[in-house]
Amino acid sequence: MSKEKLVVLGNGMVGHHFLEHLAETGLAGDFEVTVIGEERSIAYDRVHLSEYFQGRSASDLALGTAELYAEWGYDLRLGVKATVIDRDARTVTLSDGEPLSYDKLVLATGSYPFVPPIPGNDLPNCLVYRTLEDLDAIREAASTANTGTVVGGGLLGLECANALQELDLDTAVVEFAPRLMPVQVDYEGGEVLKEKIQSLGVQVLTGRATQRIEKGANAGLRMVFQDDRMLETDLIVFSAGIRPRDELGRDAGLEMGERGGVKVDDQCVTSDRNILAIGEVAAWNDCCFGLVAPGYTMAKAAVSTLSGGDALFQGADMSTKLKLMGVDVGAIGDAHGDQHAGARVFRYLDQISQHYRKLVVTGDGRRLLGAMLVGDNSYYDTLMQYFSNQLDLPEHPESLILPANEGGAPALGMDALPDSANICSCHNVSKGDITSCIQDGSATCLGDVKGLTKASTGCGGCAAQLKDVVDHEMAALGMEVSTALCAHFEHSRQELEHVIRVEGLRSFREVRNAHGKGLGCDICKPTVSNILASIWNEYVLKEEHAGLQDTNDTFLANMQKDGTFSVVPRVAGGEITPKKLIVIGEVAEEYGLYTKITGGQRIDMFGAKLNELPAIWQKLVDAGFETGQAYGKSVRTVKSCVGNTWCRYGVQDSVKLAIDLEDRYKGIRAPHKVKFAVSGCTRECAEAQSKDFGVIATENGWNLYVAGNGGMRPRHGDLFATDLDTETLVRTIDRIFMFYIRTADRLQRTARWIENLEGGLDYLKQVILEDSLGINADLDTQIERLVGNYECEWKATLNNPESLKRFRQMINEEGDDPNVVMVSERGQPRPANEKEKAELIPSVTV
Amino acid sequence: MSKQTYWKTIGKKRDLVPGSGVGARLGKCQIALFWIPDMDDRVFAINNYCPFSGVHILARGIVGDVEGEPVVATPLYKQHFSLIDGRCIEHDDVAVDAWEARFEGDEVQVQVSEADELAA
Ligand code: SRM
Ligand SMILES: Cc1cc2nc3c(=O)[nH]c(=O)nc-3n(C[C@H](O)[C@H](O)[C@H](O)COP(=O)(O)OP(=O)(O)OC[C@H]3O[C@@H](n4cnc5c(N)ncnc54)[C@H](O)[C@@H]3O)c2cc1C
Ligand code: SF4
Ligand code: FES
Repeated sequence: MSKEKLVVLGNGMVGHHFLEHLAETGLAGDFEVTVIGEERSIAYDRVHLSEYFQGRSASDLALGTAELYAEWGYDLRLGVKATVIDRDARTVTLSDGEPLSYDKLVLATGSYPFVPPIPGNDLPNCLVYRTLEDLDAIREAASTANTGTVVGGGLLGLECANALQELDLDTAVVEFAPRLMPVQVDYEGGEVLKEKIQSLGVQVLTGRATQRIEKGANAGLRMVFQDDRMLETDLIVFSAGIRPRDELGRDAGLEMGERGGVKVDDQCVTSDRNILAIGEVAAWNDCCFGLVAPGYTMAKAAVSTLSGGDALFQGADMSTKLKLMGVDVGAIGDAHGDQHAGARVFRYLDQISQHYRKLVVTGDGRRLLGAMLVGDNSYYDTLMQYFSNQLDLPEHPESLILPANEGGAPALGMDALPDSANICSCHNVSKGDITSCIQDGSATCLGDVKGLTKASTGCGGCAAQLKDVVDHEMAALGMEVSTALCAHFEHSRQELEHVIRVEGLRSFREVRNAHGKGLGCDICKPTVSNILASIWNEYVLKEEHAGLQDTNDTFLANMQKDGTFSVVPRVAGGEITPKKLIVIGEVAEEYGLYTKITGGQRIDMFGAKLNELPAIWQKLVDAGFETGQAYGKSVRTVKSCVGNTWCRYGVQDSVKLAIDLEDRYKGIRAPHKVKFAVSGCTRECAEAQSKDFGVIATENGWNLYVAGNGGMRPRHGDLFATDLDTETLVRTIDRIFMFYIRTADRLQRTARWIENLEGGLDYLKQVILEDSLGINADLDTQIERLVGNYECEWKATLNNPESLKRFRQMINEEGDDPNVVMVSERGQPRPANEKEKAELIPSVTV
Repeated sequence: MSKQTYWKTIGKKRDLVPGSGVGARLGKCQIALFWIPDMDDRVFAINNYCPFSGVHILARGIVGDVEGEPVVATPLYKQHFSLIDGRCIEHDDVAVDAWEARFEGDEVQVQVSEADELAA
């Protein structure tokens, strides 16, 4: 039997979700799937489109890859538009001519931005904000513009205004309605919002209808309003709402929703049972949904329909929580209170801190019908749970919107939530979905839960709530309830760092006497010694620290599986002179060491015996080498590309910066190892986005990425700041680095740190860029002390006979461990395996 | 073979590292000596051989206590051995040899039998 032909029109967010779900549920193989997408890019994350201006590339935003689609067996055709649907012949005509036949057709064509019919709206530099190409056009126009205006003061309009401001334009927002965000907020809320946004330097003009647009005198364009007042601006972006792209369905005679959109039923089937519609183009109950979460639910319903399942789409909650230009706005349910007869309202307005909150409750005050928040969304999660689960309100519902010091109600405990409570609406994950994967043991941490349920991997709005559920459930199951470091300290690493720094403790013994008990162990000793090093940066082999170190730190070398050690001199930035290469060669030859180029752009020599280490390092230090600290939880390498000195594309000297950074931060001990890289241009040959700190050169300076990771669970770094000059870059890294040292867990790399940091990247930006905790001066002082205190640990050790005496295999006998045996392979030594060993030394001592 | 034991001097106290271990030769054996000032200034001796990795490295591990019993964590794969009797805390069926040890003046001594001196 030949497979059914399934054609999907539109490769946007919902179309992609449909295809992904089809593949994940194992149904992809039942169909011969063709995907038609008008845009040139494969489906991307439109929700985070604005981040394209902050440096995320099209491929960063992409939701899938061509390879993945191929793996799923889909025929993907991009840059092609569907022009006509012939329902009788069951074919779709494409812009490149070739007609395509289908058995089932899925419409996922989304929406287009509505441009009001104002004369002059087609002049050059009149633009819209929907696709990557739109953003390219805006960027292009902005490069020669000084001022920009957004028509439309709704959610997207304000997001767009923010983008224009970040492109360094003097920005204005023109809204036809008498207030901003008329859909989400009321008059008071709108006023608070307007004041906040104006204080950020954006001009806000409400109640203005634009009559016409013409050529300007002082700027490129002039907008003339109903009262003949004018505004001159260089570019205009229309963001006055969206309209479903329903033209294909309309022309094919499908039934339409009252206000447009292709009409669908609960199964997402249109008036033609062979055609389904999902996402923004679909009108369910005469309503089109301009958010991604309802679209995702429709996508799942559609997959189910195609496979004879019974998942349905039954409407969606349009509650939203957002941060626009740093201003929190939230709307839940019937926020205006105009959809329910007899609804009652509580309001809280604080004009000093510019907070506004409103509760809409049933006439008897028992249930929440809706809520509105401006200025502080921390109330959102709790309110949302009262709303979506229709929980009984407390006796004084107003306590839910009062500030905590005014008797505000505490957040709703997790126990109060039923298992059906929806936690992540993007991926439709309930509390029960989360708790059950913890209970059955398949998830043991937040990351596992995210991976298994996808919760919090869409808009990210549910992150805090998700963490609460996970923490609560783990605590309830007795998992990792304690943050105690080990049996000897009740403190977490962060707490210990704090007491050590604040109380000025200088040794393990002092710390243990003040806060711990017993002899310590292989968890708390290295942790405390690591914290001491991060704060005071004393020589790690000083007598009172020596016994605390992990073996590798004790011998300033990494121990290998046969008990021998590796030797890794620092090669800052990967740059090395021929002379130094020769020294490495000579040393390796003299001591019979295996040499290898590492993944960190330097050379590792393996197979050194404990008692040989001092002599080997003496030679290296004499030749000008320093320790590479491959053993420490400290800065490893700053990888570099060759940069503009040689490379035709390079725009900055990436090698110089890499060396400078490595020299600055070398020796600093941190909760885990820290890697850097610097690339000379966006081609990114140094793979900076996979490092804890990644720097990529731009025409104007440097873009800084943080919290990337290779290793066990790779993560791309987050763009932290753009176009920094070198001094600002270094200061920014200083502070993030220091803040990481202060607040990370033991052995937690920056990637996991930022994922677990409450408030995540945004919070980190506030701390570092806005000094929201007021600690920057302190961080600066601390890092200067560390930088100023650097000394090569090997050099110090070679000058210290007390420390050197440890580099003996046996205190009462010269020489090395007779049980270490090498054999030769590919012209170099390697450790003998058990069998070879038995043959070579018949009396292996046990 | 005689079961008779006697104290044998292995080295000087100043060869040891406070709160940590060093290796030493005892007959054909390599042993590990641990000096723990925080435990009545005692010294312990166990075999330096780690049965999990097959390498003589126990002296290089971190010393600590498990519910009050002094232990060393083997540096490659982190199992713990009691300094008192050499038993592995994580695996009942694994143990290394242990000897009585003491400071006598500035000397470090281990209580041995002839068997130890000759042992392969
Ligand atoms: C030598 C080298 C492999 C090589 O032959 O190329 C290496 C060797 C070791 N790596 Fe690595 N890693 C080496 C580059 C890397 C890289 C590549 C890079 O840095 O660009 C990565 C992935 C990038 C990253 O870290 O994000 C890498 C990810 C790891 C991880 C996983 C870390 C993680 O976050 O998941 C470990 C395990 C750990 O640290 O807990 C590890 C641990 C180790 C240890 C220390 C394992 C151990 O405890 O014995 C290895 C001993 C090194 C030695 O004896 O010198 N190594 N390791 C590389 C040394 C680079 C250098 O010059 O210092
Ligand atoms: C800047 C911005 C911010 C947003 N922020 C949020 C947010 O915070 N939260 C939220 O929930 N939602 C947000 N949205 C809305 C969200 O992006 C949409 O709800 C979602 O993308 C809808 O998915 P879709 O697949 O229905 O439509 P789309 O993603 O628009 O995909 C439709 C695709 O079909 C293609 N297409 C159309 N017609 C044809 C044709 N005839 N032939 C071939 N291809 C065709 C289009 O080119 C498009 O690529 C935002 C949107 C924008 C623009
Ligand atoms: S990242 Fe850019 S500058 Fe550096 S080597 Fe690659 S192409 Fe050249
Ligand atoms: S609600 Fe959007 S990711 Fe969970």
